[in-house]
Amino acid sequence: MSDKLLVIGEVRENDIRNVSFEAIAAAKQIDADAEIVGVLLSGSDLTDAGEELITYGADRVVTVTHDNLKSYTSEGYGQAILEIIDELSPKGIVMGHTSIGKDLTPKIASRLSAGLISDVVDIEKDGADTVYIRPIYSGKAFEKKIFEDDFTFVTIRPNNIPALAKDESRSGEVTGKDIDIKDLRTIVKDVVRKSADGIDLSEANVIVAGGRGVKSADGFKPLYELAEVLGGAVGASRGACDADYCDYALQIGQTGKVVTPDLYIAVGISGAIQHLAGMSNSKVIVAINKDAESNIFNIADYGIVGDLFEVIPLLIEEIKKVKA
Amino acid sequence: MNIYVLLKKTFDTEEKITVQDGRIEDDGAEFIINPYDEYAVEEAIVQRDKHGGEVTVVTIGDEDSEKQLRTALAMGADKAVLINTEEDLEDGDQFTTAKILEAFFEDREVDLILAGNVAIDEASGQVGPRLAELLGISCVTTITSLSVDGDAVAIEKDVEGDVEIIETSLPVLVTCQQGLNDPRYPSLPGIMKAKKKPLEELEIDDLDLDEDDVEAKTKTIDIFLPPEKEAGKVLEGEIEDQVKELVSLLKNDKKVL
Ligand SMILES: Cc1cc2nc3c(=O)[nH]c(=O)nc-3n(C[C@H](O)[C@H](O)[C@H](O)COP(=O)(O)OP(=O)(O)OC[C@H]3O[C@@H](n4cnc5c(N)ncnc54)[C@H](O)[C@@H]3O)c2cc1C
Ligand SMILES: Cc1cc2nc3c(=O)[nH]c(=O)nc-3n(C[C@H](O)[C@H](O)[C@H](O)COP(=O)(O)OP(=O)(O)OC[C@H]3O[C@@H](n4cnc5c(N)ncnc54)[C@H](O)[C@@H]3O)c2cc1C
Repeated sequence: MSDKLLVIGEVRENDIRNVSFEAIAAAKQIDADAEIVGVLLSGSDLTDAGEELITYGADRVVTVTHDNLKSYTSEGYGQAILEIIDELSPKGIVMGHTSIGKDLTPKIASRLSAGLISDVVDIEKDGADTVYIRPIYSGKAFEKKIFEDDFTFVTIRPNNIPALAKDESRSGEVTGKDIDIKDLRTIVKDVVRKSADGIDLSEANVIVAGGRGVKSADGFKPLYELAEVLGGAVGASRGACDADYCDYALQIGQTGKVVTPDLYIAVGISGAIQHLAGMSNSKVIVAINKDAESNIFNIADYGIVGDLFEVIPLLIEEIKKVKA
Repeated sequence: MNIYVLLKKTFDTEEKITVQDGRIEDDGAEFIINPYDEYAVEEAIVQRDKHGGEVTVVTIGDEDSEKQLRTALAMGADKAVLINTEEDLEDGDQFTTAKILEAFFEDREVDLILAGNVAIDEASGQVGPRLAELLGISCVTTITSLSVDGDAVAIEKDVEGDVEIIETSLPVLVTCQQGLNDPRYPSLPGIMKAKKKPLEELEIDDLDLDEDDVEAKTKTIDIFLPPEKEAGKVLEGEIEDQVKELVSLLKNDKKVL
């Protein structure tokens, strides 16, 4: 029997998050021969989602549907996952470093007395060792880590380890498992949605971020339009959030979200160190700022010194042209 | 209420990072209280002032950690505990830290433990939830609002920008997110008083722990700096031409369009 690696998937509003597919690819990098068992939990039926996980490389999927799993709580999810671990005795677990992943995995690691390497952006082989690379000091440095014992447990940062190509011809078993989730001490009474609809920032391939230079909530409109033609999402500096131009849900930086899109366009953002902490590892950075001396130009691949209200409409037109 | 704060000292955010022999060079670096732990200290003081009780700030660190503990005392915490591992332990990870804290809390009455959401240096965000699990108490991470009424606890939790309204009960461990409060600066009288407040120093022997009990599960084998970014290209010419050039570079050179 081959070793098993569990991949804990996440479903949000009926869609599997992309980072869950990336987690399958990461599991394959950890051990190409392992049986990859996807795990999905929810309050409603998960058969379709389970089948989708298989097309992205999972060998089989275990699903648990229970009323107490409708909203994520570490208690409810923890009970289900621990029972599955007990039954399958996997040699490792991979999950996305998302809000849920960050909350859940340390508790499970603690229960298993296991190590946990969080927020991994790359995986390397060094002889028999699997080496995990993760950013430290807000992305100003990276560390290489290994496990001291046999159990592997990692969370991966979205958008860094590419998912495998979808393969519709793959097949595998999706099994529902009955688990009695006991009463929860912690309950979610309500969720107030603040994040904009559409693409999640941490998973977006393209981000157009606005700063205090955008000057008003209205000023963000062209940024939304630019994001739309690029198929991306809108983010912001804390300066823009503090000034009420947009919600804190959009904040990128040390105290906001950490993002690594393929393309990051910083508009009217000065490039404070705390902002850079959230985006400096983006693959290509473009800065648009009227002040040639601003720090954002020091980390940008390309810069345009100019008035954003003049540049953005031109940029939208030009991109439409090349995309047409 | 018996309120505890978990505090870590970290590099000042503005510090330049240099690496030597696979380690972060920290000689002469300025250390600060991890910014998220400042929210925790502030919230602890606010809750104590509302409900009575005592705030104890705990850190695992070395001799130098006294500085950050005194700052927390100057903000208004009542007591501080330094668990000094310098002499006894060489390596450690988040498992180690949580195990030491578990031993510390073993025979203490706890109502509320506040930690940071994440330490900005190693940034795993593991220590809070790991400890809660070891102590068998509830845990809510990334909170932006906390109110306690008897045993009942109402919390607002930040979830990637959305807000979850959560109900739980004491004892609970929470981790603090930006937006929870505005940490106060220590006042001058606060700083004077802090000098006389109790600061207890413990070693792992005092917690009945052996090295083996806390042996790390993971190991850092190297630390490196990201490749120096080549100086970016600031475009020139008429704005229209700059925009055209930019789009062409993004499409043809970088292939991100
Ligand atoms: C503990 C701590 C945590 C923090 N966390 C974060 C965080 O997570 N994220 C974050 O972003 N910040 C964070 N900050 C704040 C950070 O230090 C900066 O204050 C903030 O990033 C500044 O936002 P900004 O660049 O939008 O504003 P500013 O610094 O005011 O910059 C505005 C820029 O817009 C340009 N501009 C103005 N008008 C135009 C125009 N018409 N066209 C083009 N350009 C124009 C200006 O030249 C300027 O460079 C934190 C600070 C602290 C102390
Ligand atoms: C004995 C020992 C030896 C170590 N040796 C090394 C080493 O050689 N190399 C290395 O890189 N790291 C070492 N560490 C540090 C360790 O790897 C982590 O930094 C530590 O476990 C915290 O993890 P984190 O930084 O990811 O914090 P997070 O889990 O992100 O921190 C979240 C919160 O937990 C609390 N917390 C975190 N750390 C502490 C603390 N020390 N005291 C009190 N509360 C805390 C704070 O409230 C913090 O906001 C050692 C730790 C110990 C105890």
